[in-house]
This record gives sequence, structure tokens and C-alpha cells, in this order.
Amino acid sequence: MTELRQRMAREPDAPPEDKESEAEAKADGETASDSESRVEAVTLPTSVDDTPEVLNRALSNLSSRWKNWWVRGILTLAMIAFFFIIIYLGPMVLMMIVMCVQIKCFHEIITIGYNVYHSYDLPWFRTLSWYFLLCVNYFFYGETVTDYFFTLVQREEPLRILSKYHRFISFTLYLTGFCMFVLSLVKKHYRLQFYMFGWTHVTLLIVVTQSHLVIHNLFEGMIWFIVPISCVICNDIMAYMFGFFFGRTPLIKLSYVMSGYRCFVCPVEYNNDTNSFTVDCEPSDLFRLQEYNIPGVIQSVIGWKTVRMYPFQIHSIALSTFASLIGPFGGFFASGFKRAFKIKDFANTIPGHGGIMDRFDCQYLMATFVNVYIASFIRGPNPSKLVQQFLTLRPDQQLHIFNMLKSHLTDKGMLTAATEDE
Amino acid sequence: MHRLSSHGSRAQPLHGMWDLPGPGHKPVSPASAGGFSTTAPPDIGKKLPLKLVMICNNLINYTSETDIDDRYGDLDSRTDSDIPEIPPSSDRTPEILKKALSGLSSRWKNWWIRGILTLTMISLFFLIIYMGSFMLMLLVLGIQVKCFHEIITIGYRVYRSYDLPWFRTLSWYFLLCVNYFFYGETVADYFATFVQREEQLQFLIRYHRFISFALYLAGFCMFVLSLVKKHYRLQFYMFAWTHVTLLITVTQSHLVIQNLFEGMIWFLVPISSVICNDITAYLFGFFFGRTPLIKLSPKKTWEGFIGGFFSTVIFGFIAAYVLSKYQYFVCPVEYRSDVNSFVTECEPSELFQLQSYSLPPILKALLRRETVSLYPFQIHSIALSTFASLIGPFGGFFASGFKRAFKIKDFANTIPGHGGIMDRFDCQYLMATFVHVYITSFIRGPNPSKVLQQLLVLQPEQQLNVYKTLKTHLIEKGILQPTLKV
Repeated sequence: MTELRQRMAREPDAPPEDKESEAEAKADGETASDSESRVEAVTLPTSVDDTPEVLNRALSNLSSRWKNWWVRGILTLAMIAFFFIIIYLGPMVLMMIVMCVQIKCFHEIITIGYNVYHSYDLPWFRTLSWYFLLCVNYFFYGETVTDYFFTLVQREEPLRILSKYHRFISFTLYLTGFCMFVLSLVKKHYRLQFYMFGWTHVTLLIVVTQSHLVIHNLFEGMIWFIVPISCVICNDIMAYMFGFFFGRTPLIKLSYVMSGYRCFVCPVEYNNDTNSFTVDCEPSDLFRLQEYNIPGVIQSVIGWKTVRMYPFQIHSIALSTFASLIGPFGGFFASGFKRAFKIKDFANTIPGHGGIMDRFDCQYLMATFVNVYIASFIRGPNPSKLVQQFLTLRPDQQLHIFNMLKSHLTDKGMLTAATEDE
Repeated sequence: MHRLSSHGSRAQPLHGMWDLPGPGHKPVSPASAGGFSTTAPPDIGKKLPLKLVMICNNLINYTSETDIDDRYGDLDSRTDSDIPEIPPSSDRTPEILKKALSGLSSRWKNWWIRGILTLTMISLFFLIIYMGSFMLMLLVLGIQVKCFHEIITIGYRVYRSYDLPWFRTLSWYFLLCVNYFFYGETVADYFATFVQREEQLQFLIRYHRFISFALYLAGFCMFVLSLVKKHYRLQFYMFAWTHVTLLITVTQSHLVIQNLFEGMIWFLVPISSVICNDITAYLFGFFFGRTPLIKLSPKKTWEGFIGGFFSTVIFGFIAAYVLSKYQYFVCPVEYRSDVNSFVTECEPSELFQLQSYSLPPILKALLRRETVSLYPFQIHSIALSTFASLIGPFGGFFASGFKRAFKIKDFANTIPGHGGIMDRFDCQYLMATFVHVYITSFIRGPNPSKVLQQLLVLQPEQQLNVYKTLKTHLIEKGILQPTLKV
């Protein structure tokens, strides 16, 4: 928050100049000095250099340009190594990392909002923003957790009640925040407060929904989490160096390698007996090697008749195409945002790279795409979950659905008199 | 932060901005007081001359290259009192009413116009209820589009961004996308039988999320491509404004429609509770009002609030009693493929069957009866009316704060004497969500049509397995009789 303190130190200087110019401004529209002082106040000063001392000393003899390159390079490798370590640690840790990244991104964007609107001291507002973040997270975690940890939840009495009335509880929590907001409206600052309210909600919409979709994908199987994220990172790096075509080939290889291992491919499940998460299953068809006939044209080029691939690799081509074509729009959106509010980086968390949001802006749409892709093309609704839902319905509703299903199956010819009697 | 308060002290006093215009009294706008050349009122059609004059003024006045962004964007950093007010739109009272009421004084005239319009709206409401659920659904959709339009127009006027490239198209496009997504999710469930017949509809349903996402993405990419160098900030503001408006209006309206499909009573009782609370709080405040309730709305009083609360609970109780008798209101809406229309015929659930309740001793002594027969729904209606009178007004305060923040008297001028559609529906804002959450938590479990729809989407082998599981379960429970072999 060093930049904020620097700004506040300059604040007392600004008002005296404004006083004289304001009087003129009222008389004949805005004057040059008026808008100039405003521009000056709006532009955020460049942040302090956060590079650790170690690196500073090690690279002290290089010129500034190469130093920057080296700092970026070293931090990139550090982040990638960190990523691998976390993958090794397992899905729970990944889930917590995703949550931390989400909180940090939220914090960065909200801080920008404070700086833009000079609203750091608005009454209650900081509390309310964090409170809304908490509410929305509670709601989303409740929805996901109940689905995946059904057995665990049913066992514990307090958890069962919380899960049964989950929506009502979340709504009440949100309402409390809403009423607090309305009660906190202060006479001279209505517009600012509404802007910050809107800003908080849009940020929540962007940051929190994306992170929960990422966690959904993670629970499908770690491969659905790792491959898209690596797609985007790879695309970023390759586009920076060579242009976007080269981003795709390493990924097809990566998905080939990863499809062989159960720990990446199996959905995360909560095992009731061992009381922990297991990633053990019979891999689905998607992750079993199959023979594909190569079309005639390529046959003559490569000289093979068939090739053995995992069907998942074909899906990974779709994922990487999306990452290279549409992913950059997320980056352009963030660049436009930075130019609009005249900031160079979202924050200064990672030396040489800017804030966490800077690293994750291209990921923005990827998580939603993967989630929609899985829901539409990979798996349908979960049959056992449907049976559970069916069992909670009223008897007349159950009968009605049963009859509809029966007529549907009979129409399709799946159900004949013979199978009926089994 | 001293900066904020010092701005406030330099503001010019604003004379009577919140008074109703009496005879010969015009609200004073700091814009005209300060010498802005407002040669024409900023009606949409006449916007261009005003904007040109302003731009010319500013171009002459300073030489440094500043983004247009900063000038308009800096509006945000100033406090409310520095912002010029948007002058009120023209009076849209129909000529007939004007002639009929020309004899009365201005204050009574206003009262009469409001009264007549209120009665007109209520009769229109009854007419549409008579016509059925489908018409109600269309009405809700119409109101949603109008509310969206009103709020977006305010955004344009606040940011003077009416001429931003593409923006109007993009706002309507996003509205279309989000509506398509929601209608696909809700309506498709209820029309499962109808949808099963048509092949193209099947395809649309199966890949619904993907198609909606692709449509939204197209809009998003268009937005990014439309970013113009000097207007970045404005464009981001309008983007955010559109999304927050969508979040408010579209989600609420779809929850209303879901409540409607649950049974018209779940639509009528909450909405009439809110309207009743509005009217009774106004009447109580008018006759007995003394202590102001909240600074945001100086006309609201504690007496009105409490009086409104009690009258709404009683009204809800009685309305629930009256409506629970009719199947037309109580049954969930279904689409019957044989009749090709909506039907509301069913066996009313336990909620809508008279039951005897033994009274607690206090009431026993008071009413001199042992038991009373009530519909269980009436107890629920007490909860709904309590919410409508206690929390509903917060939606109204939110809208009042919004209007003060942006210095507008009404959202629009659609209904003479009442303001815009949004003015009428601001208290309903939270009610729809509350009713929906209430229904899903306390009344019914998962939506049966959705379960059926998901069953039909499964792979055939999975369907067969599920069918067998269900059959065993139903036979066990005795709901299904095992078929006899012939």
C-alpha cells in the first residue's frame, strides 16, 4: 500500500490550488488548471521497486534492460516451479491456492477502485466489500461442497441442517450486507458509495464465479485444471516470443503424457472410510488409448496407417484453440482497463510481473469455457445424483416422472415387454 | 480525507430541488446558475447541439491534451453537490385528464392524477391475471425490458455517453443473451414434453449452455474490439453499468417467473403485499406521521412503517385465505401437449387444504373458540408479508439513494404522476428472490420437471439403469403395483 500513502501525502497540496480555480470553473466551464490538477490527482504514481535485495545484488553489474529481463525470467521459473510443487501436493492444496489467488485478485481490483474514486475513507465500505466477498464465497462453496461431499455432510447433524437451508442462510447473509449498505449511505457521498457498490459487485462477478468454475473443473479430474491453465500460460509465453501457433504443440504432448496417470485423470472423490480425498478410479473412455485412422492425405506424408491417441487429446486441441484465439481478448480487456484507469500494473506483488491479476487476466474466460465444455460435451448429468433427487420428491411426482421415463424408453425401443419382466 | 468535505463546502446552495413543483416554481439547476450554456434541454432527440456547444466551450478553454475520459470520468471524484442536475422531462399527462381536472388546485390535481393512475394499474393487473399465466409471463418480460431501458438511459445521461460507438447495440445484445440463457434454463424444464417432439429444439436444449456462452463471448469480444482510444474509461463504466443492471433486473424477473410457475398464488400474494405495504404506509404516514424514519427518504415516518407492517400482515392473511380456495391460483402451471396450452388443474397440495389448528390459551380466551381452521399457506403468508414490510422498504431506500446520487427525480416519466416503471417496482426488488429462496428451502425440494429433463438427456444405457432402480424403489414403497404376468 505504499502508493496509497504517497498519494495521501500529496493530497493536502491539491485542495488549496483547487479553491481558486473552482470559483472560475463555476463561472465559465472547466478551465485548464482545474482539469490539469484533476488529471494529476487521478494518475497513480509509479510504485516502489519491490525486487528482493538478493536479486538486486546479483544483477547489479548488468544494464537496466537486461536486468529487467532476468528478473522476469527468474520469477517466471519460480512461479512454474511453485505450480509443479502444488500439483504434487494434491487437489485440496490446489483448491486452497485457487481461493487465495481469488482473494488477492479481489483485493487488487478493489484497491484500484479506492484509488480511482478517492474513496478509501468511505464509511463502512471496506468492511462491506470483504463481507460481500465472504457471503458469495460461502454460497458457492456450499453449493459445490454439498454435491461432492454428500456422504460426509449427511453424517454430521449441524452440516446437514446447514446444507438443507443453505440458500436461505446465504440469502439472509447477503441481505444483511445489503441493508448495512443502505443504512450507511451518507448524504454527500451517495454517488461514490453507489459506484463502489457497483464496482464490488462486478468484481465479485468476475473473480468469484471464475474461481469456482476452476474448482468445479478441478473436481472433474486434475487434468481438466492443469491442461487449460498451462494452455494459457504457454500461449502467453510463446506469443511473447514466437507467435501463437507454437503454443499448441507442446500441449498435445503434455495431454498425452498426463492421460496416462490416474491421479490426473480421475475425478476427486471423498472416501467415507478413509476420511480423505482419493483420486482413484477406472479411467473413462476418454482416457483410454484408441486407434484412429489417419486420413489419406496425411498418411502419405507421415507414412503411418493408424495412430494411437487418447480421445482427450482431441479435446485438448479444442481447449488450446480457444486459449489462443479467445484467451487474448481477456488480456486486451485487462489492458483496456489499465489504460482507462491509467495504471501500469494491477499491483506490485510479483517483482517484474506486476500483480496477481496481471498473470491471471488471460485465464479469465478459460475457466468458464472449460466448465461449459465439460457440461455440454463430456459428461451429462450424474445419474446417481439424479436418483438421489428423485427420492426426495413427492410420491405423485415420482410416479409422474417414472411414467414419462417409461413412455420415453418404450418410444425409443429400449424397453420391451421382455425386459419389463426382469 | 479533507478533500471530500472541502468540495462540499464550496458547492452552491441548491434551492428546493426536492420540492414538488408548485405553481410557477421551477427547480433551479446549478448548471444554469453556473453559466453552462444549456441552450436546449437534454432530450434524446435534441442532444447533439448541447454536446457540440459543450465540447466547443471546453476546447476553447484549455490547450493541454486531456482525454475526454478525464473530464467526464472526473465527475466521479467530486461529491454529489458539484454535479449538475438533469432537468426534468416534459409533462406527459394525457389531455383528457388535464381537461377534467382543470378546475382543481395544483396539489389536488396531482393527488387525483396519482389516484386515477393507481386504479388504472390495479385494474390492468386484474385483467391480466384473468387472462392467465402466459400473459403474466409476457407482462413480466415487458416490465423487465422497460426497467432495463430506464436504468441504462440514466447511465447514458450521467456519463453523457449516448454517442459512444456500439454501446447501445451491445447493451441490448447482452440483455438478449442473458434472457436467452435464463429462459432456456427455466422454460425448457417446463416444456419437456413439447421439446421432446421437435428435433431442433432437442439440439438447442442439449447444448444450451454452450450456445449461450458462445453468444455472450461474441458480445464480449465485440466490446473489446470497440474500445476507442479516448473513451476507455467511459466504455468500461458503461460495460459495468450494463452488467450490474442485468444482474438486478434480469435475475429478479426470472425468479418471478419461476415463482409464477409454482402456482399463481406465489406470484400474487407477494406482489400485492408489497403494493399494500406501499399504499398503507403512505396512508398511515399521511394521517399519523410524525417521526421521520430515515434521512434518505424524508417523507417516510415510523408511524407509517409500523402501521404499514400490521396492515400488510392482515391483508396477506386475508388474501391468502381468499385465493387458496381456487385451483386456478394454487396449482402449478403445466403445459399439456394434448391441449397445446397451459393448464392449472391438479390436486391441491396439503398447503392449500383447510386444517384445524388449536389456539394458544391467550387467543382462546379472546376469541372464545377452541380451534380455528386455516390453510397452512396462510402461516407462510405471514412470513412473506413480514418480509415485504420490513425488508422490502430497503429496496425503496436503495432506489431513493440511487436517485439522489444521480440527481434525478424519477427514473423516467412513463406513468404520469408516478414516474417510471422502475419507481413502481423498486420495493419488489428483493421480494422475488426471497420468495424463491423461501419456496426452495421450506416448501418443495428439487424441481420435478428439471429432474425429468435431466433424465431424458442421459445416455440410453444410463436411462435404462435408472429406470430399473426407480422401478424397484417405487414397488418397494408401494407406489407402483407390480405388473401381473398374463
